[in-house]
Amino acid sequence: MPVIDLATFSELQGSAGAEFVAELIGTFLEEAPLMLAELRAAQAAASAERFRRAAHSLKSNANTFGALRFGAMARELELGGLVADGAALDRLDAEYAAVAARLRSLRGG
Amino acid sequence: MAESGARLLVADDNKVNRLLLARSLELQGHRVAMAENGLVALQMLRDERFDLLLLDMEMPEMTGFEVLEHLVVDLQLRDLPVIVTSSLEGVAHVARCIELGADDYLPKPVNPVLLRARINSSLEKKRLRDQQKELVRRFATAEVAHDLEQSGFALGGRRVTATVMFSDIRNFTSMVEAHGPEETIELLNTWYTLMFDAISGRGGVVNQMIGDGLMAVFGAPLPLAAPAAAAVRAAGDMLEMIELLNVERAAQRRPELAIGIGIASGEVIAGYTGTQARATYTCVGDTVNLAARLEAHTKVAQRAVLVDQATRDALGEATAVDALGAVALKGKAAPVAVFAPRLR
Repeated sequence: MPVIDLATFSELQGSAGAEFVAELIGTFLEEAPLMLAELRAAQAAASAERFRRAAHSLKSNANTFGALRFGAMARELELGGLVADGAALDRLDAEYAAVAARLRSLRGG
Repeated sequence: MAESGARLLVADDNKVNRLLLARSLELQGHRVAMAENGLVALQMLRDERFDLLLLDMEMPEMTGFEVLEHLVVDLQLRDLPVIVTSSLEGVAHVARCIELGADDYLPKPVNPVLLRARINSSLEKKRLRDQQKELVRRFATAEVAHDLEQSGFALGGRRVTATVMFSDIRNFTSMVEAHGPEETIELLNTWYTLMFDAISGRGGVVNQMIGDGLMAVFGAPLPLAAPAAAAVRAAGDMLEMIELLNVERAAQRRPELAIGIGIASGEVIAGYTGTQARATYTCVGDTVNLAARLEAHTKVAQRAVLVDQATRDALGEATAVDALGAVALKGKAAPVAVFAPRLR
């Protein structure tokens, strides 16, 4: 599975406009690290509701850009809740790094 | 209506979702405002006029569910179309949104084609609702309009005790022949205006207009303390208005106008009939038929107003009434006792 599903991504560009999608990527790159941090903070505070919400938001944005694997991982956390261990969050961070890099290159190109 | 240019509010705490949805809507020709949580959205809805709300469910401060709960009890906002946009999973969530009054549910990421179709359909529904409310305002008393808004146009009948009135213009056909078409319509409009005024002034509701005639109900859909007396008083007011109109018409050398009024009281089956988009308050049953027959009989009896036994009984002794005896009316197996109140 590719980091970004290009069919989804170009569909987004087609409907919203490439220029707008470039701006939207900028917004996502600002917001996603905050949500990832919120996920860890929620886990540390043992707040299931905060954890679920942060995962839910990440899932939603991931699917918008076609980051399907990242979206699936976030969804698992959303539905699984606090049981997720630190390793699952590390894997999510790593996937995010790949998504962010791919989106930056798609935005530039 | 493809590009309606409606004013929409997008409520979503997620910035990416919010911007993207607003963008899609702007590309479809709408004007869009944004709110980052339910509380802000509710405040904006109360401060400004919007045609439609796109509502996310998961939001801090106030969730979408809570926004829906506020809207449904708010008389100003309860008719605002709401489309829920959410990536919450599970049919239970969708069902809860619809129960709380949401018009539609779109899963995220929102498909632009589906979005356009749903928005146009919701705006069209709102337009029909507004039109219906306007019709109700025009043809019913403020109380009934309020009752309709409260009950949300629930269709379905119930048995109620009410007084039914039929009225029409006598010899209207020959009057049409004497008048030109413009003059005929003008006369009808004047007549309707006067009759509506007299009927609603006594708490009745005009629920049908048929050519040169009308039907009105007293005591439904809202209860009235003494519906029969109210109907007879309305009949008196109607005759008085016709007299005044005739003075004016005489000055213009126009023929005199005469009306007949039939009134009957009893059980009717009442309810809003039609479709959700276009409904009318209607009454059916023997009482309705009897009122119509009595109205037709006014020509034979040479009296302006005729009432049935139940109406006569409800009036009590205070109102002077002439008993005209039992009359065979079309559609009635047994002769019916007919009374003519002395109004003028």
